[in-house]
Amino acid sequence: MGEAIVITSGKGGVGKTTTTANVGTALALQDQKVCLIDTDIGLRNLDVILGLENRIIFDIVDVLEERCKIQAALVKDKRFECLHLLPAAQSSDKNQVTPEGIKQIVNELKPDYDYILIDCPAGIEQGYKNAVAGADKAIVVTTPEKSSVRDADRIIGLLEQEELEAPHLIINRIRKHMMDSGDMLDVDDIVSTLSVELLGVIMDDEEVIKASHHGNPVAFQPDTKASICYRNISRRILGESVPLMSFAEEKGFMTKFKKILGMK
Amino acid sequence: MGCASMTESKEYLTMKGTNQGIIVYLDDQCTFSKLLKELENQIQSNMTHNKTYITIHCQNRYLHPWQIEEIKQMVERDSSLIVKSIKSNVLTHDEALTWFEHATVKTFVKTIRSGQVLEVNGDALILGDVNPGATVIATGNIFVLGKLKGIAHAGYTSNEQCVVVASHMNPNQIRIANKISRAPDYEVEGSEREFAFINQASEQIELDEIHNLQKVRPEIADLAERGF
Repeated sequence: MGEAIVITSGKGGVGKTTTTANVGTALALQDQKVCLIDTDIGLRNLDVILGLENRIIFDIVDVLEERCKIQAALVKDKRFECLHLLPAAQSSDKNQVTPEGIKQIVNELKPDYDYILIDCPAGIEQGYKNAVAGADKAIVVTTPEKSSVRDADRIIGLLEQEELEAPHLIINRIRKHMMDSGDMLDVDDIVSTLSVELLGVIMDDEEVIKASHHGNPVAFQPDTKASICYRNISRRILGESVPLMSFAEEKGFMTKFKKILGMK
Repeated sequence: MGCASMTESKEYLTMKGTNQGIIVYLDDQCTFSKLLKELENQIQSNMTHNKTYITIHCQNRYLHPWQIEEIKQMVERDSSLIVKSIKSNVLTHDEALTWFEHATVKTFVKTIRSGQVLEVNGDALILGDVNPGATVIATGNIFVLGKLKGIAHAGYTSNEQCVVVASHMNPNQIRIANKISRAPDYEVEGSEREFAFINQASEQIELDEIHNLQKVRPEIADLAERGF
């Protein structure tokens, strides 16, 4: 019996869809059977980031309105046998989907997968309620900006009212030098404000944008910073204890020298 | 007959001078109309032209709001007496419940998060943080054993004696009764163990260190004495 995890944030543009695609990919790399569900009806993106847009025939609304069987709507990933996507509808709107509908779909999929990741739309209205309805657990994505932490706090408050386990946190797009200079909230501040367990941090990395552009999730590449972050997160989801990646980037001669002198 | 009523009337009204002013005790066994009549007689026979404040105590008689109004009007109509307050030993069940509701401390063990509004009758004790964008509204005091970073409104809607106490004080806003103060526009670190109160002299909300709370609001723990 699989576990359904909703990935949500409140605020838009913090990287929910990218996180869903990459955590899904990273879990698939660990030989897990994973199904990704895009619930952002009318504004679907997950298929684009995964590079599966051309393969969509049916979508989630077709399933809900019984125009096709759920298996017919699932798109197989081009890289992994064990990674599937249930795409959102692009031409319908969010009101055609109900929480009960999503719950039913998730329950139907659970026996066949190890993990079901539900990509939640931005906002706290109908779309959010739909996405959360089927989930057992929640991951909240935020960036180290005040506005997105504020919205993450709001969404955690709402999640606490649902019958879910305490949500876990992913902090996306960390820029080490800005945290150091105090121009960005630092990890400890965010975790202390939100008082939830930290599942992982993702370094800001141009490779993520490049990878999405080519429809090839960054987690697939073995050597980028962001990819290692996503892989660590997937290992933590599987129950391994993996320490947070150290943020130190340049360990050059001068930095060491300055450290000795107490200048840094 | 007239003489008899005079002696009888003496028992209906008893006046006492105390250090809190004159208290008029009303008999609680006779009918209300008798009482009113007696009051009228007494006022007319004891006319004074000095403004005098009196307290009326109806002992074990329950008065309806309209009866209280009637007594007040009767006393203040023809004399220079002013009714400071009307007291009684009895409360209705509803009044007692309301009083109890406001005279207790409500405890919450959780983080109050952005967008959440916690409304409390009486004092609020929060064992957790109040995050930015969250609001706590209490008719009494607010005590935060955590970080206060959102909005705290104590003494809602009109109790200016109430205070907001926090282990870490860095709020968006503090409101007490109908006064508001907000955080400055520049970033502040916040301060440890402080309380906010309305300074009667400046009529503004001010912050002070917690050890001064005893001086500023010595009666803070006397919840039961708070009048509602």
